[in-house]
Amino acid sequence: MTADTTTASAGTGDPALVSALADRARAAAHPRSPAASCSCPSAPLADRPDATVVRHDITVAKAHAPDTDPAALTLRVATAARHPGLLLPPLTPVTATLYDRLVTLWPYGAPVDPDDPDAAPWEAAATLLALLHRTPVPAGLPPMRGPVKAARALDRLRAALLTTSGRAAHPAARPVLEAWAALPAWARAQAPMPGPPALCHGDLHLGQLVRHPAPDGPWRLIDVDDLGAGVPAWDLARPAAWYACGLLPPDEWTRFLTAYRQAGGPAVPADGDPWTALDVPARALTVQTAALAVAKALAADRPLDEVEQAVVDACARMPSVPAGFPPASAPRSPSERA
Amino acid sequence: MQCPKCHAPMHTYNRNGVQIEQCSGCRGIFLDYGELEALTRLEAQWSQPAPPPPPAAPQAYPAAPPAPAWGAPHGGHGGHGHYGHHRHKSFGHMLFSS
Repeated sequence: MTADTTTASAGTGDPALVSALADRARAAAHPRSPAASCSCPSAPLADRPDATVVRHDITVAKAHAPDTDPAALTLRVATAARHPGLLLPPLTPVTATLYDRLVTLWPYGAPVDPDDPDAAPWEAAATLLALLHRTPVPAGLPPMRGPVKAARALDRLRAALLTTSGRAAHPAARPVLEAWAALPAWARAQAPMPGPPALCHGDLHLGQLVRHPAPDGPWRLIDVDDLGAGVPAWDLARPAAWYACGLLPPDEWTRFLTAYRQAGGPAVPADGDPWTALDVPARALTVQTAALAVAKALAADRPLDEVEQAVVDACARMPSVPAGFPPASAPRSPSERA
Repeated sequence: MQCPKCHAPMHTYNRNGVQIEQCSGCRGIFLDYGELEALTRLEAQWSQPAPPPPPAAPQAYPAAPPAPAWGAPHGGHGGHGHYGHHRHKSFGHMLFSS
């Protein structure tokens, strides 16, 4: 189900969990066959502290993070089941438990090829987000977890500063911490999110899109762990941050933003400057990305690479520009500031 | 401005000093008064053997969309991003990571 293959090698070192997940996925893939008669291979798609995901043939079993709230996960999975045109629907609404971890079952979907990010389905991603944001928020659904994840990235950076001997990346931590401190409280998960809440994905990146049925079905969003009610601009903020940091080419950003607007997405004004809405979430995602990059560099005692440095440099520029301030590159008349 | 044919937004380009508007939807081109004549003059200059035509100016590309003031400088006027003909490997990783 997940395409977050980049961290697949990190590992939680729990082969028993991987094996048990493979059994669950196999049973779901071949419900009428005895387990011993199947020769299809099982493959871990991701094995990291917050998720272990194993594929068997056409099914995928996911063990969620150890601290996952069962009631919240049930509501999130039910939301995916209710909107199969937007979110990959689960095979069953029931969550099981394996080794104290909540487990869900999903159909396999074909991910974006990590070796060919130029083929990224920017228009499909933007359209799915716009339609998701226009969907009424299901009653009782908890808040979208984007700001919480950003706060956790900063916790990880602080922990790395305390516990690692890495020196090469140490000076980079300060602008990241300062940019974080300058964010509004809601973006740091210290206050409720402002504005009318929309149904949000909460953790959009290119690993969160799959074609279902594989290999060439329509694109769907996956990974409902952070799904919830909140500020919809957060879901646009990773591509926005990548563009702002000079990493995502302008034409790809324009394709994404244009498709979102054409699908009637409510996160940004229909025309005019989108950064009035994007500024704070894009700052937060930039800081989150920088914090994780510096934490990893500290742990490995290596310098930042060019891309990581670009994200840290953006953090260093932030305090001089008030949050939410209209960008210098696109001055607007007072009448446009609705 | 909006395309008179399909109503998609039109973007302004500079072709050898001539401002032209091209539709982002149907790719149709709108020329202001006198611009067709200006292009015809340029064509006549191009067909003469000398002097050689100047190389295409970098500002012939469409302007980058707005970015926040804390962002990196984007293409066009001296600054450039970290993208290029080949996407940076580290950014390829970032695209797929939480």
